[in-house]
Amino acid sequence: MYTLEFSNPSCQDVREVGGKAAGLAAMTAAGLPVAPGFAVTAAAYRRYLDEAGLRQFTSEVLGRLGPDAGQAAFDDAERTITARLAQVPLPQEVADGIRAAYAGLCRDTGVEDMAVAVRSSATAEDSVGASFAGEFETWVDITGAEDVLAYVHKCYLSVFAGRVLSYLAEKEIEPHAVEMAVVIQKTVRARSAGVMFTLSPTSGDRSKIVLEASWGLGLSVVGGEVTPDRFLVDKIGLAIVDRTPGHKHIEYRRGDAPQDVPAERREVLCLDDDEVVALATLGKRLEKIHRAPQDIEFAVDEELPPGMNLVLLQCRPETVWSNAERKPAFDASAGMMSWIAGSISGAPAATAADVEGVHTHSHKH
Amino acid sequence: MSQDISRFPFFHEAEAPQGAEGWETMYPYYLVPSEETRKHEDAQFWFADTMHWSRGCHPFDSIGAEAVYYGAGAFSTRIFALPVSLGLDVRVVNGYVYIAPLAVTDPERIQERVGVFQQRAGYYYANWDELYGKWKTKMDGAVESLRSITFPKLDEYDPDEVVDEARGRSSSVAVIENYHRLIDEFFAIWQYHFEFLNLGYGGYITFFQFCKQAFPLITEQSISRMVAGVDVLAFRPDDELRKLAARANELGLAGELAAGEPFAVLRGRLQESGNGRAWLQDFEAARHPWFNYFTEYGFTHDQETWNSDLSVPLQGIARYAAKLAAGEDISRPIERLREERDEIVDEYRALLTEDEARQFDELLGLARKVFPYIEEHNIYVEHWSHNVFWEKTRELAAFLVDAGFLAEADDMFYLNRFELDTVLADVVQAWAIGVPARGKQRWQAEIERRKPIVAALQAASAPPAYGIPPQQVTDPFAVMNYGVTTERVNDWLGASGSAGNSFNGIPGSLGVVEGPVRVLRSEKDLPLLQPGEILVAPITAPSWAAAFAVATGVITDIGGMMCHAAIVCREYGIPAVVGTGFATARLKTGQRVRIDGKAGTVVVLDADDAGDTDLDDAAVAAR
Repeated sequence: MYTLEFSNPSCQDVREVGGKAAGLAAMTAAGLPVAPGFAVTAAAYRRYLDEAGLRQFTSEVLGRLGPDAGQAAFDDAERTITARLAQVPLPQEVADGIRAAYAGLCRDTGVEDMAVAVRSSATAEDSVGASFAGEFETWVDITGAEDVLAYVHKCYLSVFAGRVLSYLAEKEIEPHAVEMAVVIQKTVRARSAGVMFTLSPTSGDRSKIVLEASWGLGLSVVGGEVTPDRFLVDKIGLAIVDRTPGHKHIEYRRGDAPQDVPAERREVLCLDDDEVVALATLGKRLEKIHRAPQDIEFAVDEELPPGMNLVLLQCRPETVWSNAERKPAFDASAGMMSWIAGSISGAPAATAADVEGVHTHSHKH
Repeated sequence: MSQDISRFPFFHEAEAPQGAEGWETMYPYYLVPSEETRKHEDAQFWFADTMHWSRGCHPFDSIGAEAVYYGAGAFSTRIFALPVSLGLDVRVVNGYVYIAPLAVTDPERIQERVGVFQQRAGYYYANWDELYGKWKTKMDGAVESLRSITFPKLDEYDPDEVVDEARGRSSSVAVIENYHRLIDEFFAIWQYHFEFLNLGYGGYITFFQFCKQAFPLITEQSISRMVAGVDVLAFRPDDELRKLAARANELGLAGELAAGEPFAVLRGRLQESGNGRAWLQDFEAARHPWFNYFTEYGFTHDQETWNSDLSVPLQGIARYAAKLAAGEDISRPIERLREERDEIVDEYRALLTEDEARQFDELLGLARKVFPYIEEHNIYVEHWSHNVFWEKTRELAAFLVDAGFLAEADDMFYLNRFELDTVLADVVQAWAIGVPARGKQRWQAEIERRKPIVAALQAASAPPAYGIPPQQVTDPFAVMNYGVTTERVNDWLGASGSAGNSFNGIPGSLGVVEGPVRVLRSEKDLPLLQPGEILVAPITAPSWAAAFAVATGVITDIGGMMCHAAIVCREYGIPAVVGTGFATARLKTGQRVRIDGKAGTVVVLDADDAGDTDLDDAAVAAR
């Protein structure tokens, strides 16, 4: 198989699709929606290197690099290899596979000529896989099957970039041990986006989920450029407890510059109740999977049909409250009767110790 | 209102409603503010107990204010020694009952009381189920004792037994004894009432505090849902109505009930068919004890029970029958409710650390142990005991009419309990001697003087509070049971100065709803309530439950999260704002409002129509 949709169980095989694609497939399998897409597998890459003696050619060029080669030598090798690879297009069956997968993606989501991101998802030993993340490029807003093919091709070439080769040499990894799988994933067109905490960030209450969202991409929320809408949801029962409209005067659509939000949309809630509840449900699921409160970035894609339009962008453990020491309301050594005595004395639990202290003192008489 | 905004009027600044001048003489002196106690009274914060007395009370009915706050005081101050709370002081002002929480502030005294409380309350918590079992026996005994009381007519001669059994004293002595027993048992019942109540609240509040610490934003509703019973006595009367509605539909009688005829007519017609007789049999079976159920809390002699006014339960049955006919499921799925409750508990528990979970388990166990008392005691005390008590007072009134002393039975309730004792002494002694009672004209004249006074008191509504409010209301019982919180008190203070188009109460039951209001002061007026209307009432007594099938929301003057009414409201999922202080005075039937049961707010949407309320008059004058 040269392509695998994220929803295909085989797409979770990290050796065939790389860490990035396997991660997206794992989330999809867990019912956590990511921007839809597919992986171009390592098999496609191998098939490419088998074309026109490329594997042999690249091995020869790389074999000429001595053990003490400097950056200039790696850069020379890059020029030699990419000049040759650029002449060799993707094999017919690989290209057809990608064309078919792209067409399928457009068809399934109802988005014609979908703009996608092309991201490398290199395979390698688990121990070094993660550190590859920053080494390869990502291209966004690629439209049409032929452009997608061109950028997959670019991905293949990027394996032999001078800085990658020197990095591999430093780590003593044979370049052919790295196989380039590629992620093709919809570029998110955010109608609204924001951040969700699976606890209340102001009080630390773990029985609540808080969402902050604004129009357009999440940049304006993360950067604190707008007062976002705020939603408070009960984690238990998933009822929306509170909706506070913000003041959302700018939004990021495509491109870098923010644009003004028309006055009539600024105070209007940018998420409807169903979306809030659906997002909170996802937040609760992520917390359960990671067994700790999470800090999640999300978007609502305006091109995707309702029911498919929620997209999780990032998820990391919440750190402020999760790392704080938590004490139960009452002093465990004091016993229940002193807890009750404190509570009915109108003392908030935290200061109920005052009454307990008095009691302890009275024993000394 | 020009008074200092930081306090409410003092008692001595309160003016009697027009026509009610001289009301003070009707009640026992210690219930009425006086010059001798003025310094103390001015130093307290008094709030209206309209939860129990929603109208100005007749002189006799003030016995409840004595018995309740005698019981509450004895257990708080002298028996369990709550560390920082004494009893609630009580006064009748312009016919309404006001109470003031009394705090202990001296650290040494608090310290001593903590020791006494832990030892004594600890004994009760440790033996809760056994002692609660004994409580039920005591209550049954008191009710039986009340039931055995009689006031036989005084004939020309004492009965033969007096001679045959050589009793050596007149049977009329029993009239005085029985009157005293009636009073004594009533007071005893109100002692029993408080034997467990504050301990019950204490157990619940401790769990509550734990939850507030672990989950700072958790709502009272979520906490009480973890504790509340799903199959408790409090729901039985309403469940009986549901059952009778289902039975009526089975037997094809729903149409007959929908006509809303008086029971006598309905019974006549139902007796003509086999199905009708079968249903009547079930109906009669349900009436005792389940219809011995007051429309409010049974603190006034003229309050109806379902049994004394069968139109109330019949309306409820008809409403449920109509819902059933429309294909709605009106059953309370006990098993499912229980499972839901357990799921909620499991989810909250899963969010806790191990140390927290240990306390959570311990305190949830405590709260669930004590909660049945909180939920069930009203049925025993306010409904069943009061039912017999008022029945016996009516028998006594009939005795006085028979004796020729009173023109009509209702007149008796214009005398307070001490005056009535004097009257009975006069009546039996005069009978024995063989002369007419000596105070007949004197008391009949006094009763005629009092009638317009009581009418004037009842026509006025109660100001929510008097005196100097505390900076913070910390008394957990005032907060939990009466809904008197710091915010509410500030609202009351603010409301007398301004007339905005919104006011606040306690969030009683979640949900937002908009609609026209129907202001009802008595359950007898419930037929006026139309579908889609928001019910506005002094209180929402549990017996109003069937009305909630029609109302889309509820607003009340008084009540907190833990008042019996709020418990039932949440159970039935009716959005409610309780404890607003003055909704019945502020709103007029037909006005549109939006209520938010989560925020506890009431917004008047068409303030233009509100021109006839006092508060709006003030606003108009200020323009």
